[in-house]
Amino acid sequence: MKAAFSTFELMTVAAAREIRDGEVVFAGTGLPMLAAMLAQRTHAPGCVLVFEAGGVDPRMLHLPMSVGDSRTLTGAAMAAGLMEAFTYLLQGGRIDVGFLGGAQVDRYGNINSTALGDYLRPSVRFSGSGGAADVAALAGRTVIIARHERRRFPERVDYRTSPGWIEGGDSRARAGIRGGGPAAVVTTLGVIRFRPDTKEPYLASAHPGIPPEHVQTETGFPLDLSEAGETPPPTREELEILRTTVDPEGVFLKRH
Amino acid sequence: MIDKVISLEEAAALVPSGATVSIGGFTSQRHPTALLRALVRRGVKDLVVYCHSAGSDVDLLIGAGCVRRVEAAYLADGVFAPIAPNWRRFVEAGRLEFEDYSNAAMMARFSAGAMGLPFFPVRSMLGTDLLEKEGLPAEVRRTDPTAAPKKAAVIDCPFTGEPVVLVPAIRTDLCLLHVQRASPRGLLRIEGQEFLDVQQALAADRVIVTCEELVDDEELRREPERNRIPPFAVHAVVPVPFGAHPHSVHNYYDYDPRHLALYAEAARSDEAFRAYLDRFVFGPADHAAYLEAVGGPEHLDTLRARSGLGYNPELRRRP
Repeated sequence: MKAAFSTFELMTVAAAREIRDGEVVFAGTGLPMLAAMLAQRTHAPGCVLVFEAGGVDPRMLHLPMSVGDSRTLTGAAMAAGLMEAFTYLLQGGRIDVGFLGGAQVDRYGNINSTALGDYLRPSVRFSGSGGAADVAALAGRTVIIARHERRRFPERVDYRTSPGWIEGGDSRARAGIRGGGPAAVVTTLGVIRFRPDTKEPYLASAHPGIPPEHVQTETGFPLDLSEAGETPPPTREELEILRTTVDPEGVFLKRH
Repeated sequence: MIDKVISLEEAAALVPSGATVSIGGFTSQRHPTALLRALVRRGVKDLVVYCHSAGSDVDLLIGAGCVRRVEAAYLADGVFAPIAPNWRRFVEAGRLEFEDYSNAAMMARFSAGAMGLPFFPVRSMLGTDLLEKEGLPAEVRRTDPTAAPKKAAVIDCPFTGEPVVLVPAIRTDLCLLHVQRASPRGLLRIEGQEFLDVQQALAADRVIVTCEELVDDEELRREPERNRIPPFAVHAVVPVPFGAHPHSVHNYYDYDPRHLALYAEAARSDEAFRAYLDRFVFGPADHAAYLEAVGGPEHLDTLRARSGLGYNPELRRRP
């Protein structure tokens, strides 16, 4: 039987639910944009979007294809630049939640978006940090979005582009990073969260039809499965909004 | 009245091989691509390029063999190229010097250069390999005057004792920008997001600007609060309609999905990219011929921005 929703749609909905009404959201390219636009049209109409290229609090009509897109300016409060976005808003402590993607995510939610293998002669070179390292260090909390495969979820990332809980425990604070840190990792298989003190990861929920044991099999570090529930599926309304209002063209939805 | 208007070819001739250059814009927005193609045609080599979130602007220079080193935070072209293809291929093959920073760090580096400071502090990059791993070999840092002696430094704040990261200033020989409007005297009007263009311009010895429209100086002086770069910092102005194609210019035209997809495909191998350069960079005799080669007026009209939105809401971004 054909699934009533795609994994990408489920991930978008799960990510959207991490946003609370009234929060200031730093949204990166791709799924975070869809999640934030969906949140605005459902449970968090008062959430405010900030884009690193300068768009602040837009009333977006059309999905941007990157954070620098003119579509991030429609009805915006400000069309600024990187200086305002990074210095005053992000580093100034005005961003509640930031969304991050990455090629690898490790046990403590550290992210690699730079390179696989040897740094100077990598087997795969990625786009680079962009603002991700800054968001990971300076947003009130972060939500990570990633494709869940064992090779993408190693014990340690090949290159730590964006800091998560570093080595667990209080290592993030000891590194000199004030506050923040990953609250959730929304993947193609489930949602991972971190224990408050040890920062050890646990499976909060597996997506419908995915056994928690399968999530462990696809994860390169130990994952506590003892509390794993099932990710609530998208509602009919959420899917409708996502498909007809947020991304009717399938700019991102059709790619996945 | 100082008239700074020159031709695209004259502007390209102001950029010598080996120069340090920063390029304005952001991913697929407002890059001076017509000027970059003119640089490629001239056969410029060994450029040291500083950018933050670049797209196929810097990727084009890399693929054409014009670049010795890139210092950047990010290179991608939205959904069309989630990793800039020449960038990826050249780094994987060890054919390019590079140094990775975050966007906030590049912002800080350009700001320091613009302010005449040797460095600027940031609160990010602590606990990351951006801080721990250097792309440039120590030998290059010691012998190449364009390279900062050190990638970054962590100090304890002398007032609070907290760790902060210091990143070295960037001063470039040239900054290349594309803006919506400019006056012959070098007064610029950027519409939409500024990105980091103001800081990049003021961190450069010379600023070369291409613009969609040349307008009267007095017109831009009527709203001085919208002007952010002093005209005496601008060296040359080149009117080039569609001068950022295939990238977008807010209020003028959108990015070109057809061409960006074609570019992304072509840049995946040396052979295909050579064919791309022959067809779109070396082949066309001038910018007008380039615009014909990418589809001519009929195609370009499909990209035009709608008034009040700044982009084209009808644009089909998926084939």
